[in-house]
Amino acid sequence: MNKNKQKTIFTAVVLAVLLAACVVLDMILPSYHIAITVIKKATVYSLVAVSMNLLNGFTGLFSLGQAGFMLLGAYTYAVLTIPMAKKPGVYQYFDGGAIPFSVPEVFSGVLGETVGTLLGMLFCLLLGGLLAALVAYLIGLPVLRLKSDYLAIATLGFAEILRAFFQWNALGPITNGSNLLKSYPVFSKATPYVVLVGLMIAVILLLITSTYGRAFRAIRDDEVAAEAMGINLAKHKRMAFIISSFFAGIGGGMMAMYMETVAAAPFKSALTYEILLIVVIGGIGSITGSVLASFLYIFFSEWLLRGLDSGTFLGITAPGIFKNGFRMAVFSIIIMVIVLFFRKGIMGDKELPDLIDKRSRKRKKEAAE
Amino acid sequence: MQEMFPYLLNGISVGGQYALIAIGYTLVYGILRLINFAHGDVFMVAGLVMVYATSSMPFYLALPLVLAATVLLGFTIERVAYKPLRTAPRMSVMISAIGVSYLIQNLAFYLTGGVPQPVTNPIPWISENVKLLGASTKRVTLLTPVLTILLVVALVYLINNTKIGMAMRAAAKDFETAQLMGIKINRVISMTFIIGSFLAAVGSMLYFTNYPSVAITSGGMPGLKAFVAAVFGGIGSIPGAVVGAFVIGLCEEIIKGLGYTTFSDAFTFALLIVVLCVKPTGLFGEKVTDKV
Amino acid sequence: MKKMFALMLALVMVLSLAACGGDKAESGTAGNKVVKIGVYEPQTGDNGAGGKQEILGMQYANYVQPTVEIGGETYDVQLEIVDNRTTPENGKSAAAELVNRKVSVVLGSYGSGVSIAGGAVFQEAGIPAIGVTCTNPQVTADCDVYYRICFLDPFQGTVLANYAYNELGVDTAYTLAMLGSDYDQGLVHYFTEAFKALGGTVINQDFPEGNSNFVSYINNAKADGAGVIFAPVSTNYAQLIIEAANAQGYDGSLLGSDTWDNNMVLESAQGKNVKVDITTFYQESGSEFDTGIKEWINSNADAKTNNGGNDMVSAVTAMGYDAYFTALEAIKAAGSTDAKAVLEALPGVSYEGVCGLIEFDEIGDAKRDAAYIKAANTSSNNWDFVKVQGVG
Repeated sequence: MNKNKQKTIFTAVVLAVLLAACVVLDMILPSYHIAITVIKKATVYSLVAVSMNLLNGFTGLFSLGQAGFMLLGAYTYAVLTIPMAKKPGVYQYFDGGAIPFSVPEVFSGVLGETVGTLLGMLFCLLLGGLLAALVAYLIGLPVLRLKSDYLAIATLGFAEILRAFFQWNALGPITNGSNLLKSYPVFSKATPYVVLVGLMIAVILLLITSTYGRAFRAIRDDEVAAEAMGINLAKHKRMAFIISSFFAGIGGGMMAMYMETVAAAPFKSALTYEILLIVVIGGIGSITGSVLASFLYIFFSEWLLRGLDSGTFLGITAPGIFKNGFRMAVFSIIIMVIVLFFRKGIMGDKELPDLIDKRSRKRKKEAAE
Repeated sequence: MQEMFPYLLNGISVGGQYALIAIGYTLVYGILRLINFAHGDVFMVAGLVMVYATSSMPFYLALPLVLAATVLLGFTIERVAYKPLRTAPRMSVMISAIGVSYLIQNLAFYLTGGVPQPVTNPIPWISENVKLLGASTKRVTLLTPVLTILLVVALVYLINNTKIGMAMRAAAKDFETAQLMGIKINRVISMTFIIGSFLAAVGSMLYFTNYPSVAITSGGMPGLKAFVAAVFGGIGSIPGAVVGAFVIGLCEEIIKGLGYTTFSDAFTFALLIVVLCVKPTGLFGEKVTDKV
Repeated sequence: MKKMFALMLALVMVLSLAACGGDKAESGTAGNKVVKIGVYEPQTGDNGAGGKQEILGMQYANYVQPTVEIGGETYDVQLEIVDNRTTPENGKSAAAELVNRKVSVVLGSYGSGVSIAGGAVFQEAGIPAIGVTCTNPQVTADCDVYYRICFLDPFQGTVLANYAYNELGVDTAYTLAMLGSDYDQGLVHYFTEAFKALGGTVINQDFPEGNSNFVSYINNAKADGAGVIFAPVSTNYAQLIIEAANAQGYDGSLLGSDTWDNNMVLESAQGKNVKVDITTFYQESGSEFDTGIKEWINSNADAKTNNGGNDMVSAVTAMGYDAYFTALEAIKAAGSTDAKAVLEALPGVSYEGVCGLIEFDEIGDAKRDAAYIKAANTSSNNWDFVKVQGVG
């Protein structure tokens, strides 16, 4: 069998098994089960981590604005999909809000209840991504001219400004000010998350393996050399920034779905840092790594290590030590160890198909000996 | 003028606090070209140490302890988290800085139980109220800018007139050449972190005397704003950081006074983006040419 | 590759260990069956201090009454406490955790935003929840499983507005709320509405999350000639506002909501030249409950730390105590530990608690028409009872 074909089959099998496992879990577990919660949250984080990796890992632009773009996506999704009947309750201080329609309901009117709602939801996710991309274009005009660390701090500042803006009472009829947005339609099962995020990551993968992707990597490795090779720096940087923000926006919309309530407060710089650390754990420059790290991170922090916070872990009971916050303390120490000693992260810059490659090479080596 | 006076007074005091933090950023950036994201958290830890120390021992022991502990923390962070990455790409060091910040916050969260710690035993005298031109305020408000200026003058003297100061300037100008000239670069870098942490500790004591409650996120905002101040003044420049800090402190309080309270934080960042786009080198910054 | 292998190995080991350490036998002390009551409260973050005090009330109640009779059989009551970390995004997984632990009924939370986020999960799982001090109307309005034993923001805001306008004789009020806190903003909204209806003027201002410098806000209030500053904020900010008001020599009243009924807030007002008035659910009166819980707090070091280092009974603690007994009443009435049965029995519950009679209306809110108003005594470190105020 030829090597490439083998790789493709391996990848396809792994992905199919994972998807099947997810479908089965959805069937046997109720949607509030912690396993489903973990899958949903981890897929959303995967998408955002991959979008950040595209920018920081593949293009070498150190941006810390991810939380801001997620905020845009989350609000767009929530604001446009709240059903009319729920608006007076949600916008209780703003007379039912200023937006006199709900996109899924408009779609339902034309296409029927089920299809319309589904398409409406997807459409609003897309709009969230597009808004994030538009804002990225605008903010990118001045900001992308900056050098690495200035870019980081400028995008961080931009995300903070955005947060204050969305909490501003004068925009209340749209954003509901400081109050929660809720009651919008969500996917309660895990499979839609996995399928959607899977499709989007596939798109990102296609992009990375295209000429654009190669140009991005060239910019990362050496800007001056890349320019000398005829790569338009400004154009490609802007493109990477806009595409990354687009997917972060969609990720934000899915985050809104996962959380079932939206407020601006969670989208602060701490969220960006969390995503960045996930990218580092997975390996800067590996899509598979980002996805794997997202799942490990969420699985450990949301589920497995919960005992560290509540007194009993691995059968050991020590309420004095295993108290609130111990989980995150242990976690951040592990992260520091990875940052300092395993700088390549879990995957380095390898992808899923590369795993089999290595194994077969090893087998050959053993056979030779 | 009479109405503006309390705002200006407060603004200058806030500016002084930012200045003490901003110097730490600017010194480190000047030499390592690193945004030390953990600096704001060092500032917060100093506040926590103060809370615990002042409630368990007399002030003449507690205050030196705060200084010593903070300096030790700054020194350790550099040795453990930045030194091993000296040859790594800049992005790795910055990520390490973010990791340290995350670690400090989570450890502080664990130790404090995640609940803001009130300063129950504030430093006497400076936490008392005084009246000035009809405005009432704490004595620390008046003391902060004075102390800031004194410390900055001392620091500038240190940098311009001592051997270690000369080494610091050399390292800031050209890191590798300085190394080749026989300057013990690690000593210089450690010294930078020690000075930065010392000033942050002083700033922290003043800050948390004025606003007596330490939350684990308390360092975040002052830290970011101080960094903006450093950029505004031209990063790497000490007078620039101080001027930038006072400008930002004053603007912030004036904006609150004008009633735009929603945007008091956002303004600082808007200013940052404008400065970066119009004059990335800041007020007093030197032009850096890129090497290929 | 070696590194990778080691990592995988470590992972497998951790996983298998965790699997072994998992399920324990679900039986109580004397071999009794167990009924689990979920406690959904913040123990960390801005509302951590308040949440801990609310839990204290439940723990004390559990200490006083550790068993319940269900269908002639004695069950041990076990509290399952999770931390929702004050924020809605963490609230969801904390709520899911409670559902996974198979609780029969949930108590909490301190803070409305988290309650709304958790409510969605409880609704899906069909588990009844009893809000203890979440006062936002939205908690119960859209959620069939959420009930609550406290009064609501429209009521509390109006009470405070009436008090400020009629009793304090103030016609200009200044409000201060945190950006992004629906609790703060909600109360301010109702206060403003009521105060304006009475003929007063209101200036609304916000501060960003994590702010610690309130000096200019106090100066703004002074410059606007406001006779009261209404700041329904969490305890940490309340302390800082008191400090700033004292430093700036503000001579009006600081008006607080139920979150201010906290010994740490009281302590920060000690010896300062400030006036603090608050509305709350409960007033200490030296009753059997007061003496009992003080004794319990004093004998339990952890409890004392969680209560802020002394034995003053906060309103939220008393409310937590009542919530626990309300839950027991519902379980008894249901005659089963099944969450669905408890949910059906809950609306019919009537219980005379230490904070007054608890009964639910058709939305699931408590029928309450009076709030206690207390003032901080800055020399004796106590709350002075002012009056019981209704909206009439």
